[in-house]
Amino acid sequence: MGRTLAEKVWGDHVVKAGADGAPDLIYIDLHLVHEVTSPQAFEGLRLAGRPVRRPDLTIATEDHNTPTVDIDKPIADLTSRTQIETLRKNAEEFGIRLHSLGDAEQGIVHVVGPQLGLTQPGMTVVCGDSHTSTHGAFGAIAMGIGTSEVEHVLATQTLSLKPFRTMSITVNGELPQGSTSKDIILAIIAKIGTGGGQGYVLEYRGEAIEKLSMEARMTICNMSIEAGARAGLIAPDQTTFDYLRGRPHAPQGADWDAAVEYWKTLRTDDDAQFDAEVVLEAADIEPYVTWGTNPGQGLPLSGSVPDPESIGDENEKSAAQNALAYMGLTPGTPLRDIAVDTVFLGSCTNSRIEDLRGAAEVIRGRQKNPNIRMMVVPGSARVRLQAEAEGLDQVFKDFGAEWRFAGCSMCLGMNPDQLSEGERCASTSNRNFEGRQGKGGRTHLVSPLVAAATAVRGTLSSPADLD
Amino acid sequence: MEKFTSHTGVGVPLRRSNVDTDQIIPAVYLKRVTRTGFEDALFARWRKQDDFVLNHEPYRNGSVLVAGADFGTGSSREHAVWALKDYGFAAVLSSRFADIFRGNSGKGGLVAAQLEQEDIELIWKILENQPGAEVTVDLEARTVTCDTLTVPFQIDDYTRWRLLEGLDDIGLTLQHEADITAFEAERPAFKPATLPART
Ligand code: SF4
Repeated sequence: MGRTLAEKVWGDHVVKAGADGAPDLIYIDLHLVHEVTSPQAFEGLRLAGRPVRRPDLTIATEDHNTPTVDIDKPIADLTSRTQIETLRKNAEEFGIRLHSLGDAEQGIVHVVGPQLGLTQPGMTVVCGDSHTSTHGAFGAIAMGIGTSEVEHVLATQTLSLKPFRTMSITVNGELPQGSTSKDIILAIIAKIGTGGGQGYVLEYRGEAIEKLSMEARMTICNMSIEAGARAGLIAPDQTTFDYLRGRPHAPQGADWDAAVEYWKTLRTDDDAQFDAEVVLEAADIEPYVTWGTNPGQGLPLSGSVPDPESIGDENEKSAAQNALAYMGLTPGTPLRDIAVDTVFLGSCTNSRIEDLRGAAEVIRGRQKNPNIRMMVVPGSARVRLQAEAEGLDQVFKDFGAEWRFAGCSMCLGMNPDQLSEGERCASTSNRNFEGRQGKGGRTHLVSPLVAAATAVRGTLSSPADLD
Repeated sequence: MEKFTSHTGVGVPLRRSNVDTDQIIPAVYLKRVTRTGFEDALFARWRKQDDFVLNHEPYRNGSVLVAGADFGTGSSREHAVWALKDYGFAAVLSSRFADIFRGNSGKGGLVAAQLEQEDIELIWKILENQPGAEVTVDLEARTVTCDTLTVPFQIDDYTRWRLLEGLDDIGLTLQHEADITAFEAERPAFKPATLPART
């Protein structure tokens, strides 16, 4: 029987197969490190007198705690500063490459890896961060791990893992104008639920997926975790190879040819069996927005806030009731009428150059709604530089948006970029959990295009509403 | 991780059931960047109360905690094990442990010994009548001894083996180091490396 893409990649990394249901020992090709989940892992190594086995397969960046203004000043928050300083010391001591605040390669760990060409097809990639699934867009098995696993990878470059089940998610046909990969993944999560992917690695396939750019594919894989899956991937193709060619760490010369030859084998065989299959029609996917407090509580923008009373399942009903109470929404309100206070364009879901270009296109020559504050936070210093070279920063500034330095920023509000109590935000990030963007803050997950249009009209909107 | 065969130390009677990990170590201490030095965090809220057992000699220097049922429930924080170890505890006895806590104990080198509740009660009485009495936890024999009482305890074979051998997860994996090295020798040359940095 044929094998799925995930099974092939897995099979190529088994150091030692586990007997009778015991986990396999899996080799890790790339380990990404940031300041929040690594301190105790390094401390563990130090206590046990262990070195990092492969500093040359490890890279660190500062992102979660970093300020997005005044980056030349000391970090005011003590915990944040300690975490950053600890990472710097650890990187120095263990010989790990670190991109610090102010460095041209600093940025959100999941933006930095691909942009350097370090994330490649057929690899295993891990990071102490759940959105590591982003890297699956290259046809890699990429997943988030906990701090003790971080230590394990640092010491051994392996992980003990049980194989996943596989789920295919096929998106047929063509995406309508104005819809993006963010809308695809929000539609998928609304369909299968936040637990729908549990225990699976998801493979996204079908015509609509194949047509997406690498950036758009990363957005989809990024949110696999929001469907409960630990990883999601997409088979590499010409789009993948074109993206990688010439990047700093992409193979060169004969290595490139050998790599491409291997990468081309990384496809699910025609006779392979998935453990579960889901199918969506791209033509049905409108711009999506979330109305609740988990990413599965989303609807097409043309819809209205749902009435919990109309939900049959008791658990979902009470979840919806709680969500509406927290979100301060009334059933039946058209989603387009929901006025927001803040627009956040950023996070590892949607802060790459293409996201900024798309949003800039929508607002070019328009004025920001005066009631709204808009924050644009590029995913990496590189993205910021690229955007400035293209003049996008000026478009955002002319529009009235704040142009910030790179980092996670308001995605999780570990730095000062936070919502205040009751503040409502249209956000291109990935989690609308209670308090995620600041205590009492209310989050609507949207695409960059919807974020931009919302900043113009002041209520949740798509670019089509501006004409 | 150090090998654990047998340990003898002052027993501390903690007459409470359902001690969750937030009681063992409150969430505010999780912001730290270290792996050790959590001794002050252990039972931090209770230690502010005069009548708490650890505030009294000779229990203060105890190393075997004798707790009520359902010890270690709640959040999965590994810090709970670290805090107990940092304070000086080598073993916790209870009639029932939360699964995750039990797993974290094995990984962290803390013996979580499961006893019958009636044996826990007997040990409590001895420790309260003779403050400072020592408890011996013999992992090899799977017995607990206190004064004239010797009772069996349960611990799964795998956890017992790794504690006896002093193997943490990493130590276990490093037993296969030759396999890892062999795998590395076969990795294709085109796989990327982060070092040296290229721009
Ligand atoms: S941008 Fe948000 S989701 Fe992504 S790594 Fe940072 S905090 Fe996590």
